Amino acid sequence: MNTSSTADAAIIFRNVSYALDGARELLHNIDLEIRRGETLILLGRSGSGKTTTLKLINRLLDPTDGEILVDSKPAREWDVIRLRRMIGYVIQEVGLFPHFTIERNIAVVPQLENWPADRIRGRVDELMDLVGLDRGLASRYPRELSGGQRQRVGVARALAADPPILLMDEPFGALDPITRAELQREFAALQRRLGKTVVFVTHDLREALLLGSRIALLEDGQLIAVLTPDQFLHSIEPMVKAYVEAFNTQ
Amino acid sequence: MNVFRFIAQNHTEVLELTLEHLWLVVISTLLATAIGIPLGILITRRPALNRPVLGTANVIQTIPSLALFGFLLPAPWIGARAGRLAILALMLYALLPLIRNTYAGIQGVDRAVVEAGRGMGMTDRQLLFQVELPLALSVIIAGVRVATVTSVGLATIAAAIGAGGLGEYIFRGLAMVNDQVILAGAIPAALLAIFADFSLGWLEKRLGPR
Repeated sequence: MNTSSTADAAIIFRNVSYALDGARELLHNIDLEIRRGETLILLGRSGSGKTTTLKLINRLLDPTDGEILVDSKPAREWDVIRLRRMIGYVIQEVGLFPHFTIERNIAVVPQLENWPADRIRGRVDELMDLVGLDRGLASRYPRELSGGQRQRVGVARALAADPPILLMDEPFGALDPITRAELQREFAALQRRLGKTVVFVTHDLREALLLGSRIALLEDGQLIAVLTPDQFLHSIEPMVKAYVEAFNTQ
Repeated sequence: MNVFRFIAQNHTEVLELTLEHLWLVVISTLLATAIGIPLGILITRRPALNRPVLGTANVIQTIPSLALFGFLLPAPWIGARAGRLAILALMLYALLPLIRNTYAGIQGVDRAVVEAGRGMGMTDRQLLFQVELPLALSVIIAGVRVATVTSVGLATIAAAIGAGGLGEYIFRGLAMVNDQVILAGAIPAALLAIFADFSLGWLEKRLGPR
């Protein structure tokens, strides 16, 4: 694994383990450094621990061992609300507030942060353009939108307060293949523009290769390897090879 | 029908009893709401309290109403005035639907929505007031509806301990073996119950699933 100076690291995992209520250990001794501005993919099959790893970053879960540093400060020491407000969170089910309009959904964090109304309005417009949503949809409700449109709103909502870090948990997993490909492409372009630190969970190697600057392979709660897409495809590490092979036969 | 003539002839008394009846129902339901909804919210935050709270409310419900009125009679401040006693008893009966529906309503909110809200940095209070309660509102109103309609019925028993209300006519009629009088109490009570059910049901639908 490549090492880098701590100043470059947005998020660091130091010997992190997580066990559910003293029972099964879902994560064992994870050591990982996520660099500022990179898109790190957490890749693995179901049950590998990738979502658990993600949730440790915004403290939806707390580690049973080891520590996580966000912006050089232990996550434990952050005020959890402040921490979460500087991290954008996008999940597969999207989770838009059904009783809020699109506009109000996107504006959630700015509103929690008491931004002035006109700044919020401007920001919502800007974001809707950024994620490719027609501004006319602002006053609609989530139930009136398609799955793809809803996830665009989800991304816009996560970006609203301009957080330096973005956590994404299989965000395009529930979409049809065509919409998924579209959103992946657009997200890649968006990421090039914005340069956020992104931690992206997926089980899809193709998505990982397309979007990731580095890929962290997880299996059974352990970190197997962290490689660039190119390194990943040519690795002789058995589990990595197995993963590549599984996708080639599809 | 003789009943309507009776009601017309005694309309002042009928109105007085109806208002008394409404008073008992409204005050007890408001109190039950003020206690039941916060309790319902509490048990969503402290699952350990779930069984004891719901269990207690359940036990209260199973006590026969006349018996509950009887139990409370010796109580120091409450037992002194029939009105207070009736209101307390009605309030206790209204608790279960309110606590249970508040709990169910909040638990029924889409988990993804709650997770998204929490993940983006909403405090528990913000989550409760901006997300969970608005989305649970329709179910909570359903609880208010059930509580109100049951109270209208139960309040007829209040007359047995002298707290007034339309039960007066019912008990009087039973004692006199006079159908007119019984119905003069029963019909307005039934109409009250139907009206409460209808109007709260309308509110429930208005605030219903989006």
